[in-house]
Amino acid sequence: MRTKIKEMSPIRKVIVYTVCIFLIVLSIFPFYTMFINATRGTYEIQSNSISLIPSTFAVSNWNVLMNKNFNPLIGFVNSLIISCGVTVLAVYFSSLTAYGLVAYDWKLRKPFFTFIMAILMIPAQVSIIGFFQFMYSLGLTNNFLPLILPAIASPATVFFMRQYLLGTLSIDIVNCARIDGSGEFRTFNQIVLPIMQPALATQAIFAFVGSWNSLFLPLVMLTDRTKYTMPIMVNLLRGDIYRTEYGSVYLALSLTVLPLFIVYFLLSRYIIEGVALGALKE
Amino acid sequence: MGNKSVSYAKWGYIFSLPFMLVFLFFSLYPIIYTAMLGFTDLQGAGRRTFEFLANPLENYKLVLTNESFITSLKNTGLIWFLNFIPQMLLALLLTSWFTNQRFKIKGQGMFKVLMYMPNIITAATIAFLFRNLFGYPKGPINDLFMMLGLIEKPIYFWMSAGWSRGIIAFIQFWMWYGNTMIVLIAGVMGIDPTIFEAAEIDGASSVQTFFRITLPSLRTILLFTLVTSLIGGLQMFDIPLLYNLGGPDQKTLTASVWIYNQAFSGRYFYNRASAASMVLFAIIVVLASIVFYILRDKDAQKINRDRKAFKKYARQLQKEAGK
Repeated sequence: MRTKIKEMSPIRKVIVYTVCIFLIVLSIFPFYTMFINATRGTYEIQSNSISLIPSTFAVSNWNVLMNKNFNPLIGFVNSLIISCGVTVLAVYFSSLTAYGLVAYDWKLRKPFFTFIMAILMIPAQVSIIGFFQFMYSLGLTNNFLPLILPAIASPATVFFMRQYLLGTLSIDIVNCARIDGSGEFRTFNQIVLPIMQPALATQAIFAFVGSWNSLFLPLVMLTDRTKYTMPIMVNLLRGDIYRTEYGSVYLALSLTVLPLFIVYFLLSRYIIEGVALGALKE
Repeated sequence: MGNKSVSYAKWGYIFSLPFMLVFLFFSLYPIIYTAMLGFTDLQGAGRRTFEFLANPLENYKLVLTNESFITSLKNTGLIWFLNFIPQMLLALLLTSWFTNQRFKIKGQGMFKVLMYMPNIITAATIAFLFRNLFGYPKGPINDLFMMLGLIEKPIYFWMSAGWSRGIIAFIQFWMWYGNTMIVLIAGVMGIDPTIFEAAEIDGASSVQTFFRITLPSLRTILLFTLVTSLIGGLQMFDIPLLYNLGGPDQKTLTASVWIYNQAFSGRYFYNRASAASMVLFAIIVVLASIVFYILRDKDAQKINRDRKAFKKYARQLQKEAGK
């Protein structure tokens, strides 16, 4: 007979829930204050910088930003172009590389995979000077290409895709397609990619968010105001002209992350699953 | 019948080619180029020609004896440490709660979603948001602390080295504990459930189960988290830059911010910045290798073996079910 499972004591339950609730308040409070203060006037914020209810100054805060030549729409469009480019390239080419690693038996397959594992940890940041000088000599500063194209070689995404393919791809399907006369590229595009859809979706979210959030490389590569991305625009807010415009600063900050909140609340389940799946790599 | 004689091996090369080319062009070459620039006299805006120095190690010597660079390395290590220890402890505590067999916490899904949330929001925005939240003399945190009666007069957070370091470490902690927790929970889910059942039958308390079974089983994942956090932490840039530009008085200056300042904020010391980048790179490689060396022990091999055994077992079950 099984022993009866002991219940947790009520005191411990209270502690557990108290800590959890405290932590989610901690998660929400900064962002809640940001969104609420984005709608409040500078005077209101100066007299009391915390409020639970929104006010009516969102439009006037927006106008202040526009008067100071701070146009979030430009940053939004630039960030969107770069992030979409990165997402498409990272997801497509990583799947292609992973398929090459899983479906074919070639001599350098193992060494190539070991190599991908080895470069998984190399941080891009340490080669920034060489990268900048190289792109500068090619005339590619203030150009989106050096920010988008490197996504073709995303070792972590290849790794994830490989794990996924190992678990789901049956080589019989590929062989059937061959018998039907399908070329290798066509087999990949029309048969393998659809099989990989869940993995594509997960990795697409991470590629998009990662690119949207990146500051270091864009900050170095883009100096033309019309090319700025959202995080670089946040850096602009440090300027003196915004020192007393509390409401507008909160509004600008809110706008830089609004798309992320929308994406997160629509897709949080998949995102958390993706984080958990990524953890199982060994 | 069939086309056994056709070799598809070349497609492996073709499909891996874009990755290889892009890696060589955008990653490998820039790294080598950076390493090389560290031995040259390349300084000044828009300059493209350079010469190798008579003493090739001059920049390295300069960087390694530069007080502010050394300070920045120490700050990076300190801030990483201040964030990592509480992050790991809290993530472990939450993992033990969320995976507790005797106590199914209600609303787990919502807790996880909200605890993970800060991780997905732009670090630059969060850092500047916190700068505003910790404003002086008026600011949400000062107002809140006064309201709760914790302080009598507002604190000038930006000017205090202790507060600034603490706040930057806190931001890092706050953004990452949810991620670490989800990773650890996934790790616990991967442990063979029969082990937990056996422990329960033997009358182990939940504390004993956690320290004797859960924690040892998570060894590999814990080490992996440590490496990734360390490598990420050594490159810390967005948060110290946006929170206080490395201030006050260089007390939150990190290595990445130092490198950026040398090369891109009107100083154009590309050669020194390159040498410093290589120092940072060497530190990262050494630390990562040490941890991976530890990872390559018998335990890891054993886990692999267990996995294979488990797969075999699962296949057998499927076969039997199919009969």
